[in-house]
Amino acid sequence: MDQNQIIEQGTKVYSRPRLMDDRNMHYCPGCSHGVVHKLVSEILDEMGLEDTAVGIAPVGCAVFAYHYIDIDWVEAAHGRAPAVATAVKRLDPSRAVFTYQGDGDLAAIGTAETIHAANRGENIVIIFINNGIYGMTGGQMAPTTLEGMKTATTPYGRRVELNGYPLNITPLLAMLPGTSYVTRQSVHTAASVRKCKSALKKAFEAVMAGKGTAVVEVVSTCSSGWKMSPAKANEWMEENMFPAYPLGDLKPLE
Amino acid sequence: MAKVIGTVVIDRERCKGCDLCVVACPCDVLELAAKDVNDRGYHYAQMLNADACIGCAACATVCPDACIEVYRLMQK
Amino acid sequence: MNEEVRLMKGNEAIAHAAIRYGVDGYFGYPITPQSEILETLEAEMPWETTGMVVLQAESEVSSINMVYGGASTGAAVMTSSSSPGVSLMQEGISYIAAAELPALIVNVMRGGPGLGTIHPSQSDYFQATKGGGHGDYHLIVLAPATVQEMADFVGLGFDLAFKYRTPAMILADGIVGQMMEKVVLPPARPRRTPEQIAKQCPWAAAGKHKRQHRNVVTSLELDSAIMEKNNERFQRTYAEIERNEVRYETYFTDDCDYLMVAFGSVARICLKSIEEARKRGVKIGLVRPVTLWPFPYDAISQIAEHVKGILVVELNAGQMIEDVRLAVSHDLPVYHFGRMGGIVPNPLEVLNAFTQKFNL
Repeated sequence: MDQNQIIEQGTKVYSRPRLMDDRNMHYCPGCSHGVVHKLVSEILDEMGLEDTAVGIAPVGCAVFAYHYIDIDWVEAAHGRAPAVATAVKRLDPSRAVFTYQGDGDLAAIGTAETIHAANRGENIVIIFINNGIYGMTGGQMAPTTLEGMKTATTPYGRRVELNGYPLNITPLLAMLPGTSYVTRQSVHTAASVRKCKSALKKAFEAVMAGKGTAVVEVVSTCSSGWKMSPAKANEWMEENMFPAYPLGDLKPLE
Repeated sequence: MAKVIGTVVIDRERCKGCDLCVVACPCDVLELAAKDVNDRGYHYAQMLNADACIGCAACATVCPDACIEVYRLMQK
Repeated sequence: MNEEVRLMKGNEAIAHAAIRYGVDGYFGYPITPQSEILETLEAEMPWETTGMVVLQAESEVSSINMVYGGASTGAAVMTSSSSPGVSLMQEGISYIAAAELPALIVNVMRGGPGLGTIHPSQSDYFQATKGGGHGDYHLIVLAPATVQEMADFVGLGFDLAFKYRTPAMILADGIVGQMMEKVVLPPARPRRTPEQIAKQCPWAAAGKHKRQHRNVVTSLELDSAIMEKNNERFQRTYAEIERNEVRYETYFTDDCDYLMVAFGSVARICLKSIEEARKRGVKIGLVRPVTLWPFPYDAISQIAEHVKGILVVELNAGQMIEDVRLAVSHDLPVYHFGRMGGIVPNPLEVLNAFTQKFNL
């Protein structure tokens, strides 16, 4: 049977999410951001949240997230997305509000905003893309950069005595009584993408039910910053990032 | 016995040739075009071994640029 | 709530006026000498009555970004702080201006630089009127001199902020924040409904709600040609504000031989000096700029034509005097008298400074 017959007689089992903008994304080939953008688009559509969703974009590679998902967006200053989200949500609790932040945005410059929003139990979803590097500015050290990892500002590898330890911030957020659901996922295989999607769904359900802040960390790659092919970056992530940032629920949803 | 067959439609111009779909495919259906490039200069993904496709959508699921559509048909 | 006459502090008046105006949200962080604004709002619990959101944030940085977020949805939102806290807010204020959002920021000034003092000052004039944060932008800056104006300028600030889609600031000194006076509080009006907000603010990122296109609030534009157009649009707005919204008061300027220029509570001190001077036969007039930006250049320029000299009195080392000098195109002595560090001069001290400067 040829391809056209399958298309005509078969079922479409996967299509570009309806809420994704038609334009091409600016991300590098193989970037995890694209996969997470797809999942957010699918979840908001499936949960009927298109009209009430307000996304808060970060500063970092995902600064243009608002170009790609067809909902209302606010572009925040670097690190301030949880503060911005706090007001957007509190002024109208019927909104589905989420932040989309990288490791520099969330765990360096925005640490205070992140921890305090989570500690207040703001009913927002915090989507945290952790690839251990600053992608947008050219591959500098991030708070989550691994020990020994080479970046533009740690050209000989991150040294703990000089740069301190990698900041494992998600377990800190899980400790806070304000968080309802804290999980760490990845999107490097089809199975992990499906798991990540169900985690994101759970997160939006939690905040729309008013249970408190939901945090979904996605351990991700940055093939450009890591200077390896996307496929190789996935392998490197499994070998090096997962031991430091193990996947799974850090605080299951009750 | 019923057999699942599938196929994919790749938006060639949207593809960035990242190779992740090729790696994700359990049936070695896909490859990156060796010589040809799209308008943006990427060696885009294409079907090498179309008959082997089972429409599992692993390729589309991991595709960061949402440029793969997947069709599936149950053959009796 | 009907119109009501009360005796209260300037800071408290701001809180009451905010509730009565129908403000949607206040986000702030404690700092002397303006903490009564947050304290009064928390005590009044407006979320029980008007539905107004009141939140104590973890920092001024967070407060101003909450204001940015709230303003992005078309809500009427505000914050308040004092000088060191307002320095922390400058990044957020720049974003609010660049994203063309209405918002109200209150700065009850204390003496600086640095941690400085908790006592009154006017040393943030440059910061408030010349930009403050990065980039070419302006705030509409209102300078209250009375507790009544503290209350009135909440509404005026929001009205102007929404009219021009630009942030407004109430630049008060610690005196007017802390002193108690009679104030007539306006009758309460209801907060706008989501439908009214959507109509008034079609740009707001409040959720699509069946809108065909998405709304994005951002200050980012990497295409230089578009960014220049954006800047030109901002400047057109500022030019329009300069044309329409200059506010000032004059006292004894019809027959004056000399002029004083002062803003905020210092203008009231100057007025006392002027009354004393007139008893002694020295005719001094006073211009009190009510909007510090846009600045009343023309008014001062016209009065400057027929006076022998100008004394600018401020609680700083000489900031507004630069704008007064810009307003004066001919060779006219323009002097400054200021106290710093939280010291407030009395009327006689001002008058003595005046007579010394002009050798009278």
